[in-house]
Amino acid sequence: MDSLQTKRDRPWLMRTYSGHSSAKASNTLYRTNLAKGQTGLSVAFDLPTQTGYDADSPLARGEVGKVGVPISHIEDMDQLFDQIPLDQMNTAMTINATAPWLLSLYIGLAQRRGIDPKQLSGTTQNDIIKEYLSRGTYIYPPGPSMRLIADTINYTVKHVPKWNPTNICSYHLQEAGATPVQELAYALCTAMAVLDRVQASGEIKPGEFSQVVERISFFVNAGIRFVEECCKLRAFGEMWDELTLRRYQVEDPKLRRFRYGVQVNSLGLTEPQPENNVQRIVLEMLAVSLSKSARARAIQLPAWNEAMGLPRPWDQQWALRMQQVLAFETDLLEYGDILDGSPVIAAKVKQLVEGARKEIENVEAQGGIIAAIESGYVKRELVGSHMQRLRAIESGELKIIGVNCFQETAESPLTLGSDGGIMKTDPAAEREQIERLQAHRKNRNDGEVQAALQGLDDAARCGENIMPSSIRCALAGVTTGEWGDSLRAVFGEFRPPTGIDIAIDSRAVLGKKDQVTELRARVASTGEALGRPLKLLVGKPGLDGHSNGAEQVAVKARDVGFEVVYDGIRLTPQQIAQAAEEEGVHMVGLSILSGSHMELVASVLEELRLRDLAKLPVIAGGIIPQEDGTKLAALGVSAVYTPKDFSFNSIMADMVDVIREANGLGRLGPLP
Amino acid sequence: MTQAQLPDPEQLAVRILRRERAAVASGLNLLDNKLAAARQRSAGLLAALSGERALNDGHLIGVTGPPGAGKSSLVSAMIREWRLAGRTVGVLAVDPSSRPELGGGALLGDRIRIKNAAYDEGLFIRSLANRNQLGGVATEVWPMSWLMLACFDIVVVETVGVGQTEIDIAEIGDTICYVAQPASGDTIQYLKSGIIEIPDVFAVNKSDLGAPAHKTASEISRSAPRQDRRDDWDYPVCLVSATMNTGIQQLHAHFDRHRSFLAAAGLLGKLRARHQSAWVVRVLKEEFGTFGIELVGGYAEIGRRLNETSTNQFEECERLRQQIISRFKSSD
Repeated sequence: MDSLQTKRDRPWLMRTYSGHSSAKASNTLYRTNLAKGQTGLSVAFDLPTQTGYDADSPLARGEVGKVGVPISHIEDMDQLFDQIPLDQMNTAMTINATAPWLLSLYIGLAQRRGIDPKQLSGTTQNDIIKEYLSRGTYIYPPGPSMRLIADTINYTVKHVPKWNPTNICSYHLQEAGATPVQELAYALCTAMAVLDRVQASGEIKPGEFSQVVERISFFVNAGIRFVEECCKLRAFGEMWDELTLRRYQVEDPKLRRFRYGVQVNSLGLTEPQPENNVQRIVLEMLAVSLSKSARARAIQLPAWNEAMGLPRPWDQQWALRMQQVLAFETDLLEYGDILDGSPVIAAKVKQLVEGARKEIENVEAQGGIIAAIESGYVKRELVGSHMQRLRAIESGELKIIGVNCFQETAESPLTLGSDGGIMKTDPAAEREQIERLQAHRKNRNDGEVQAALQGLDDAARCGENIMPSSIRCALAGVTTGEWGDSLRAVFGEFRPPTGIDIAIDSRAVLGKKDQVTELRARVASTGEALGRPLKLLVGKPGLDGHSNGAEQVAVKARDVGFEVVYDGIRLTPQQIAQAAEEEGVHMVGLSILSGSHMELVASVLEELRLRDLAKLPVIAGGIIPQEDGTKLAALGVSAVYTPKDFSFNSIMADMVDVIREANGLGRLGPLP
Repeated sequence: MTQAQLPDPEQLAVRILRRERAAVASGLNLLDNKLAAARQRSAGLLAALSGERALNDGHLIGVTGPPGAGKSSLVSAMIREWRLAGRTVGVLAVDPSSRPELGGGALLGDRIRIKNAAYDEGLFIRSLANRNQLGGVATEVWPMSWLMLACFDIVVVETVGVGQTEIDIAEIGDTICYVAQPASGDTIQYLKSGIIEIPDVFAVNKSDLGAPAHKTASEISRSAPRQDRRDDWDYPVCLVSATMNTGIQQLHAHFDRHRSFLAAAGLLGKLRARHQSAWVVRVLKEEFGTFGIELVGGYAEIGRRLNETSTNQFEECERLRQQIISRFKSSD
């Protein structure tokens, strides 16, 4: 070791975001991953659990165990952590609207196992603001949601002091299209809103408030522009330090550290030539690890095949090994901050800080982030940025290897296996979870359940901290749906601004200009031939709230002349068919990213048949493996678009042709 | 759509009067269809749905107001209340289209704002783009309202009000409700603009804001009474909150009272007949211009012919169209 080298740093926590099918199957996976050297857990919950529904709710149909593990009650939680010592594990839970509930199940389980909750360490994501903007698993309106966040913070600071009660997410803002400046600004505005809310609750003595500030952590995204991303994280550190000192008078610099975990970018992962995602992921990991002064505390990497479907254990192992090679083989952890003193880095950081400050002022002038969300401002800004990005990809200005350039490829041996290179969830999982849940309901003490739910209702109404009564519910055997419904009855449900009411920016290049002109002519002439302008319904069946794709299709279709009814997220197949009938549309577009496309699309087609709309063309978009695409076509779906279809103009041209064919007109073919 | 797929107007009318949802949807599609064969059938459909009953049944309510006033949320709250009272509701929600040189498309976002979570057989929402037509309300709205009146207790037409639009909505609704936003310049502009005499009922939304809502309400009250317009109507100003769900029943009471007032004064049928004539003239003028109007004897002559067929002007309109077209051809 020469004089420049310092003592080797301890590596960050290494996790893999995972969970599927059932608590039992996920437990097996977790124990395998830990045996391979993973140092923390990152639990992915399924959508019914995230949105507060039981597995047997009509809205949960097709979604149980798909994007994560279903946790309906404390026995599921027990099975999930079977043979895993809670007091020694660091557990991150990607859970938001139902965060107080899943944390209560975790605390309840610890108590049942005789473990002091003070020993528990981990993180609940618990950031509802980005759910409104991007991820879509919100339940309650902003007021009560902020209160629930404040409740968990107030509770954990006192009773589970090693817990990170909230993880402010800039991650999903980037997935929704945010530029680095927007990511910085909106994440910090969110942190301010949370801290202000906790302060206003008056539960924390002024002298102890710095402990609350210390417990705030962040969950950040890292994209492929890794120099800029590296600077973004340094900017985050600088701005957080300044903000916590000035706004919250935190004197101790240690308590002002910007602590963050990372999942690197999934938005940029490609379906064509998926092996290229490996180098993307590695480069993105560098952005969050190079600066010692702004290094991630925990890293989870996506698998190379995420744009195709669910990763298999081997794919997750590969992602873990990338982290281990960087941490244990390279010399990165032997040096101080290698970027300190670089004028280029310093200038870029300064530029980002200044941009973010300006946008923060802008949001504050509108009354803060909550007001700016309710007015639709933030969503519009994000949809606008995302549209710019997609336009740049389409025009070729933004290069994506294997997608809009260098498309030539030999056949990849990675995707040749009989499984198509992805994991299949257990089709029996939903039925088994429902049976388990119904058996559980029979086995519990109804009197205790009712009393616990009454306590929850009282606490919700009178403003008492929600955690103690939720933990009582957990121990009494209350289910996730019962907890969610109790609070729905008190708080109501949120209706989001859609962000799609953005004006057409005639100056921006809508992909290739001459193609757009041609498309508009095709949309108009097809409408004339059919007697009225082409009308399209866009909606998301099921519980998946990732609305970015659906919004982009809606905006693009409007830009080329469609009349678009955007019906939003969390729709039942019945609601979609009803909307298609009432609105008299020429086509229905469904967007599904949760993997439940087979069940949901089949139900929509069935509902349409019941309404004599069997001939109405239906198209589907999302993360849909090729094999499933073929099956959907056999069911009667006219077209399936996946991440490899990056050209919006080509998609639109195809949509017009699908409508033409369905109405006895000839196809016009690809755009010139 | 080929002609073979177009529905038979008589049969469709029977099914619409039986309140079959699929028939309502297919009827609205037909009325929107501009192909020559469809126009003929549209006229037939509307004629079959006409008659005395069409001039006296149901309640057609126009809701307008500036962007951001919370019209959709208010309409949603109103629907909840009507449905609780067992009344069926049809909604025509009109959103602006983008300019023709930008493709003329439209994002119709009212449905997502209006609908309630649960599936409801007694509610029917159709979103429409205004298609850049002069005055902001598409000409399709009137015939579509006519169809919906045949099968729903309440029909609501929601439009964004920016100046000129209110004049159009005034030629559609039995009762016009203006939704005002407290502490906003829009309302003041509106009061100044001179079209204050159009609405029959004013709803000041967001009353949970307190003082600003009361201030706006009193500003409107001071300007609103125009006794010269319809005798004995009091132009009520109602404080409501769509989000807190307050004042909705009172607002509905004003709507009902206004309808009773029109009916008792013998004005309801006359009003609808007048709106129908205004639509016919607008359609003919849009399609053929003043020159076309002159070809069938000018406005006075059209007015006379429509008066003679006051319960069913749609067929007369189609006859006028055919006459103009044939005279255009013969004047070549």
